[in-house]
Amino acid sequence: MSEVREFKSRLSDANSRKFETFSYLPEMDAERTRRQVEYIVFRGWNPAVEHTEPENARSSYWYMWKLPMFGQTDVDTILREVQNCHNAYPGNHVRLIGYDNHAQSQGTSMVIYRGNA
Amino acid sequence: MSKAYSAGVKHYQESYWTPDYTPKDTDLLACFKIVAQEGVPREEAAAAVAAESSTGTWTTVWTDLLTDLEYYKGRAYAIEDVPGDDSAYYAMIAYPIDLFEEGSVVNVITSLAGNVFGFKAVRSLRLEDIRFPIAYVMTCNGPPHGIQVERDIFNKYGRAMLGCTIKPKLGLSAKNYGRAVYECLRGGLDLTKDDENVNSQPFMRWRQRFNYVMEAVNKAEDETGERKGHYLNVTAPTPEEMYKRAEYAKELGSRIIMHDYLTGGFCANTGLAQWCRENGMLLHIHRAMHAVIDRNPYHGIHFRVLTKLLRLSGGDHLHSGTVVGKLEGDRNATLGWIDLMRESYIQEDRSRGIFFDQDWGAMPGVFPVASGGIHVWHMPSLVSIFGDDACFQFGGGTLGHPWGNAAGATANRVALEACVEARNRGQNLEAEGKQILADAAKHSPELAMAMETWKETTFDFDTVDKLDVAAQ
Repeated sequence: MSEVREFKSRLSDANSRKFETFSYLPEMDAERTRRQVEYIVFRGWNPAVEHTEPENARSSYWYMWKLPMFGQTDVDTILREVQNCHNAYPGNHVRLIGYDNHAQSQGTSMVIYRGNA
Repeated sequence: MSKAYSAGVKHYQESYWTPDYTPKDTDLLACFKIVAQEGVPREEAAAAVAAESSTGTWTTVWTDLLTDLEYYKGRAYAIEDVPGDDSAYYAMIAYPIDLFEEGSVVNVITSLAGNVFGFKAVRSLRLEDIRFPIAYVMTCNGPPHGIQVERDIFNKYGRAMLGCTIKPKLGLSAKNYGRAVYECLRGGLDLTKDDENVNSQPFMRWRQRFNYVMEAVNKAEDETGERKGHYLNVTAPTPEEMYKRAEYAKELGSRIIMHDYLTGGFCANTGLAQWCRENGMLLHIHRAMHAVIDRNPYHGIHFRVLTKLLRLSGGDHLHSGTVVGKLEGDRNATLGWIDLMRESYIQEDRSRGIFFDQDWGAMPGVFPVASGGIHVWHMPSLVSIFGDDACFQFGGGTLGHPWGNAAGATANRVALEACVEARNRGQNLEAEGKQILADAAKHSPELAMAMETWKETTFDFDTVDKLDVAAQ
């Protein structure tokens, strides 16, 4: 049995903040991101991009990047909008949402670019 | 045409066995599994169950003639063999909707599971299923908020929620208990839970527990930036005391409270669910005592009925069994009652133990809670079986981590997210689960340690209450 380890999470350390689904996995690379976009399209959800300053991430409402891409099924177009949002706000968290209009909720939501803590 | 009064005992089947009857859309339908006493014909026993659970008494009484019993009586309208079992049979019974007070599962179950269960003509009796007509469903309050609202409140999308019951379940002081909550939540769990036995005992009174737990929840939220909750158990000796605790939980800013709907009772539960709707509070439901009622295949009430009763009475979460952990649960039957919790329309499907179509109309769904004897190795199966609309609770599987609760919580969270990511990519979780976890553990020493700790643990006992199927 290995030595007990300390759990290093601190109020004082902004890197301790998480942002829900997939935030306990390593940041996604291009290939992993593409597969998740494909899943959103496969489920028939409407993709949307949002961003926020990391210090305001706890709000329900992040800033919308344009409008949700209703009916958009082209994975490259969706990825390009995620990239455009990141280029415009490189210090912000950028998340990708799949709106499930049948459930009247979000089918999924994941941070693709992690902003500067 | 009027009838003359004739005193005495009549055979039940003269009045209550009506094989030509076509059930109405507004009828409440029930399926009973009957083992009759020796020599009692099937039709007589079925009719007796219909009579004793509706208008009948053992003898004719003159006041019967003051009402229209033909209208108000329950009717046994079909009898079916139980697959693979000659000793029992199913009786289908239809009840007119007028027999039941609107919005009262208390009233429904008082009739259908009342005196009839002690009736001498049957050796044993089991209420297998009830079809609640949509007209009745819409008179019930139902879940205070339901699955989608809870997702918005907790900001959890695209994955199941993760919880943990705090252990040891009895004996901790309030402050030490809050410590265990804090460690779980800061490590990555979304929710923690009071054990059902925890009410307000001398070693830990409810008010101190609520105070320390909410301090833990709030600090974990500040630390992780994520929304957290703890099911504060408001189950109490009296309704007055229950509401007092609920009000205090609200005052402290808790988003969710908890109730035991069988030991607390349907009356208390329905009232509390309505209070939760009124006060914007989510309601987690525990099911202590269910196994006393639902485990015997020949007598009692099947859990799918208890599930429907809870959805009508009101709750946002309900324990469902895990299929994979240490507790009872046949996989197909479990999938059946999970559908009954979450879906808006469930079709008759005998392979899942569903005897009737059930239409819930606009009634919100309930999160199934999988809890008991599960750990990281079960995660691929859990994600595969339950999908995203569920809450997985790892008690020992979090608290038992060699490095403590926070590391145990992280291990579970990493395992869950890795499985969800892999599923979304199109991987088969049940076949490739081991590799998916092994890959995720490369980035997570907490998960690697958890996998090492629980690698030999399985709970491989046969199920006692199986679905009725013909012998292979």
